[in-house]
Amino acid sequence: MRLSDEEKRMADGGMGEPRRLAIGQQLAVGRFFDAEDFVPVTQAHVMADGEAVGEAGTAMLERCAAAPRDERRVVIPTITDPRGVDPAACSWLDQPEHAPEREGRIVKAFEAMGVLLTNTCINYQVVVPPTRGEHLAMGDTGSTIYCNGVLGARSNFEGGVAAFWAGLTGRVPRYGMHRPEERRANRHYVIDFEPADLADWGALGGLIGRRMTSYFDVPLVSGVKVSPGSDAMKHFGAALASYGSTPMFHMQGVTPDAASIEQATGGGALDAERLGRGDLDAFYDGFAREGEPVDVVVFAAPQLSLYEMRLIAGLLDGRRVKPEVAVLLTAPPEVVRACERMGLRATIEASGARILEGVCFYQMYAREMGERMGWKRLATNSAKLANIIQGYGYEPVLLPTARCIEAAIRGHV
Amino acid sequence: MPGARIRTIRGHAGIGAPVRAQALVAADGFSARYDLDRVKGVFARPAHKLYGRAYVGRILVLDQAKGGVATAWMFHEMQARGMAPAALLLNHANPVMAQGAAFGGVVLMDRFEGDVTALIPDDALLELEPEKGLVHVLEE
Repeated sequence: MRLSDEEKRMADGGMGEPRRLAIGQQLAVGRFFDAEDFVPVTQAHVMADGEAVGEAGTAMLERCAAAPRDERRVVIPTITDPRGVDPAACSWLDQPEHAPEREGRIVKAFEAMGVLLTNTCINYQVVVPPTRGEHLAMGDTGSTIYCNGVLGARSNFEGGVAAFWAGLTGRVPRYGMHRPEERRANRHYVIDFEPADLADWGALGGLIGRRMTSYFDVPLVSGVKVSPGSDAMKHFGAALASYGSTPMFHMQGVTPDAASIEQATGGGALDAERLGRGDLDAFYDGFAREGEPVDVVVFAAPQLSLYEMRLIAGLLDGRRVKPEVAVLLTAPPEVVRACERMGLRATIEASGARILEGVCFYQMYAREMGERMGWKRLATNSAKLANIIQGYGYEPVLLPTARCIEAAIRGHV
Repeated sequence: MPGARIRTIRGHAGIGAPVRAQALVAADGFSARYDLDRVKGVFARPAHKLYGRAYVGRILVLDQAKGGVATAWMFHEMQARGMAPAALLLNHANPVMAQGAAFGGVVLMDRFEGDVTALIPDDALLELEPEKGLVHVLEE
């Protein structure tokens, strides 16, 4: 890779050990993907919950944080994905004893390095939405695909520690979604139904994600009659990124580089696959557990926006969830504060549901939590969560939002 | 006999140092967070074709990387606890796998001359030269 004088200085250790370590890692990745150089980025978003970071990663962060001030501070706005612990809920959730201690160490290290603890995966809705053409280092698959697809910004998956490296160097290797030619659609899907619920949009993302064969497959979706709005796009993108390994999509007439099929593809037409209501129903059927009891109902992955909190507060207003069923909503700190000001928190909690702040369900020791709390059968409106939570020992059922609430009140699907 | 090369498969230059170990093969995807029980060292997602199989010290041969941005942290932690696979051979890696390989010290190779999950049988003994992009089959 071609390196600037500053990059050479970082690589030689002239700008401190943390930056030497960071750019060394970035060079290995850049060479793997045949990047020719680095591209400056305007912000970095670091996934670093305690369960994922582990003891070894925590110790590494502490070593970086112990470097002299001018060597350890991030050089661009660097923000965080959800944490693994909400201190207000840690004890009743029966999370592992070491969880709050490790989270505290990670937080302390990040603060010493100038990282901003936003604790959200929906930074594009609640922090600073990136703009078209901006190069980024997004550290969550959902935030990456939203920034690329919906906002027209440019980012690869900068997973976990990789976004932290970007915060320290202010750049990333230029490959993949930083290159215009890699962002063109090479798969085409035409839908002949209108997704209604957020879960429908997630299911559509899952349907298409399962058809992706590599990170470099970029789907174009046609047939969307009305722009679905930010939360629907969020669920669609998060599921697409989860079921595939997909960082980018186009939606004809909706996303910024898809006014036409030709614009999305860079000129040519593509053979299109049609997706109908039957495909959507089959996707839901893959999770069907009609009549079965539920242990926990989770609204998360991605965290909820203020509008989603309003939606669920409306469905819960004046009702009580069954005492044996835990109902959890995860939201960014700023959204929780807004819900308190606007009375939504009181409405939600009066029903027996609980709000978890600055965390996301699968990032908070979900396996241990489930085993200790006796949670196995999980209902959710998130197609992403339904996909990933199986690996933590849960049996998920994907339901439209209102049916999740009904399951919480009745105690069964 | 071990050490004699039966055949060699070519791919793109990878990450990591040469390694020799037994393959664990499936035509399925891979995510460190979604697919593994990293404490027990087994594939834990029931829908995965390697469900229940132990992966520690094996060369995982799979189709493509799936989501899961936690991979780099997780490979690093798995390596520190002696619970990491020896290597990962994929038809198509994604950035998080490359970032994880670099940080976690797990060998990674991809972009082979054919479908790597069909070219290598389960339990084959392999020797990898990542810098050269070469996979040598020693026993199958």
